[in-house]
Amino acid sequence: MSSTATTAIPAASAAQAPEKQGRRRVSERTRSERRLGWILAGPAFIIMVAVTIYPILQAFYDSLFSFRLTAPGERRFIGLQNYGVVFSDSVFWRDLGVTVLITVITVAVELVLGFALALVMNNALKRMRGLLRTAILIPYGTITVVSAFAWFYMFDINSGYVNTWFSWLPGIGPDFDWFGSAAPALFVIMASEIWKTTPFISLLLLSGLAQVPSELTEAAKVDGASWWERMSRVIIPNMRAAIMVAVLFRALDAFRIFDNIFIMTNGAYGTETLSLLAYRTSIGRLEIGLGSAVSVVLFLLVILIAIIAIKGFKVDLASRGVK
Amino acid sequence: MDVPYSPPRRRRRGVALALVTGMVAVAALSGCSSQGGGSGAPTLTWYINPDSGGQAEIAQRCSAQSGGAYSIKTSLLPRQASSQREQLARRLAAGDTSLDIMSLDPPFVPELAEPGFLAPVPAALAQSSTADAVEGAVKGATWKGKVVAVPFWANTQLLWYKKSVAQQAGLDMSKPVTWDQLMDAARKTHKQLGVQGIRAESMTVWVNALYESQGQSIITNPGAPGDQIQLGLDSPAGQEAARIVGTIGRDGLGGPGIATQNEDVTRQNWQGPDGSFMVNWPFVYTAAQSAVKEGTLDKSVLDDMGWALYPRVSADKETAPPFGGIVLGVGAKSRHVDQAFQAVKCITSTQNQSYYFVSNGNPPASKAAYDDPEVQKAYPMANVIRQSLELAKPRPQTQFYNEVSTGIQQRWTPLDAVTQQTPKETQDFITAVLKGDRLL
Repeated sequence: MSSTATTAIPAASAAQAPEKQGRRRVSERTRSERRLGWILAGPAFIIMVAVTIYPILQAFYDSLFSFRLTAPGERRFIGLQNYGVVFSDSVFWRDLGVTVLITVITVAVELVLGFALALVMNNALKRMRGLLRTAILIPYGTITVVSAFAWFYMFDINSGYVNTWFSWLPGIGPDFDWFGSAAPALFVIMASEIWKTTPFISLLLLSGLAQVPSELTEAAKVDGASWWERMSRVIIPNMRAAIMVAVLFRALDAFRIFDNIFIMTNGAYGTETLSLLAYRTSIGRLEIGLGSAVSVVLFLLVILIAIIAIKGFKVDLASRGVK
Repeated sequence: MDVPYSPPRRRRRGVALALVTGMVAVAALSGCSSQGGGSGAPTLTWYINPDSGGQAEIAQRCSAQSGGAYSIKTSLLPRQASSQREQLARRLAAGDTSLDIMSLDPPFVPELAEPGFLAPVPAALAQSSTADAVEGAVKGATWKGKVVAVPFWANTQLLWYKKSVAQQAGLDMSKPVTWDQLMDAARKTHKQLGVQGIRAESMTVWVNALYESQGQSIITNPGAPGDQIQLGLDSPAGQEAARIVGTIGRDGLGGPGIATQNEDVTRQNWQGPDGSFMVNWPFVYTAAQSAVKEGTLDKSVLDDMGWALYPRVSADKETAPPFGGIVLGVGAKSRHVDQAFQAVKCITSTQNQSYYFVSNGNPPASKAAYDDPEVQKAYPMANVIRQSLELAKPRPQTQFYNEVSTGIQQRWTPLDAVTQQTPKETQDFITAVLKGDRLL
């Protein structure tokens, strides 16, 4: 991701300078590069628009109706009433709270752990690097549903071994039901999520680390900067784009969390998130109108996160890199 | 890196050839599935719930007996009843023509029958299939006075107990027992009471049985439109049901893992040293037998296993055990409705129902099947099951069953949070959901 951003910089800046002086001055080379760009990216762009815009518009349209799949004859237009129901219901706000909690905690922990792993990979001996990278990536290669079942059976009061192994910890014993109430259940859900996706963040951060010019760190070292100063003043500011991509991707992913919760608790005892609410309303209750309204709200929240992340990090990936 | 050169024209021709081959293959395959046997006998698809292979065997038997009129292939539905419903409802609503025969959980029948997703059952079959069926099975296959599906097998919960524990508690199991007696016995013997406290369909099964055992139905006007449904949850029967459920939860009588305990976990725990009394479906007996055969369960546990009718709420009122099972429906958009009903007639024959019970442990809906000597031999509790099926009351019949059931599950779990306010809260909540004023 980051490598795409940096390779785009020279081409884009070369194109922008003459553009300010008028379209006629655009060189033949730039024009043919643009054409090539469209030829390469065009088909994918068109397909993306076709497969995403249509369902998004359809969902928005459906959300304006009172429409139950098993009562097609009773479908009627009700305007924004479904949104009124969604926003005035405590279930929505509770689920939003749980979703935000999971997103914030998992992304923060993954960022710290992922950065540590990236540093280990970056500084490891060359011979070990490949092996280390593969080992770290294994959890990410596991199918989420499989990992969810593994974590579930690990902590389950009947089949799990965690209660026995950790019975020396206060509060944990053979009678402790991890999935019987919100706090421990959310702990297991988040731990499973962190275990599985930290490798993803660490890989993105590793690519960011690799892009920090070694002259800068060496110069700082010569000037007598401590490890912490090099990290906070040189390395991290130069990795801002990579950190943003990592945070953005993971935040969007974590906000839409579904599989882990579906398998472990099915949303019981205050562990439901917005994705699960949308699923239960649209697929479980077959209330297409109300379910679409929840989905549209979820979609808008995801866009909001993307905007906040991009604005917050002040990074423009498409053209000039760090502003 | 060097890339081996291939002339562009040849490469293009190769790609084109691959595309055409792929398209032909796809067309041929889709043709196969839609035609199902070409110009001859149609292949009927029977969507079955997971079992121990009994439905697939019956499908083969009926295909052979049809004399070439049809052949049946089975297609597996998800394990959870709610997931089965989700898949079938979506496909029926979309007008899927491949849904010839469907194994349906009775509570979901009204939702599919109301919009006309199920083909009308021919009068003769409706009459013959219900004449000999137990009452609960007939109710489960009927919607607004019409038979809309055909009873296949019927399920009911019994009270399973360890004879040794009952003796220790001083309970005379030859007489009907009440929930209060069971709670006292569990306290006295320091054992766990086997109930299902997980937030799932099993919770509705239990709550419904507690209401029906007091003569109170959860929905008092079945078939009414969503905003006019009258609920009987907020009633004296509700107070009593909440007292029983809440006490079991707060006193820890169901064991530490009650909040996540489903039917199978209840069975496993009952087989352990803390097991005492358990309400569960008859599969627990087959499972215990298998476990003994596999060597994972001591035979003494099986020998100690006793059974009786579902517990009563009050000593002087007959129990109303939970009812389950499977009925068969035919998709209204199926291209082979007539053959599908012929197949349904064959599948649900008394002989096949007996076979299914003996081989898979699923009790027949037909009363006559219980007289089969093989059934009597394989299931010493067959007569108790039959008696229980006669007393059993189905769960609320409504096209909005999912809302009613989920509402109950959400408000009646965890068990220790159930109080005297729970029935009223549940009633208000479900009413608001049905009116479209609240999310579920």
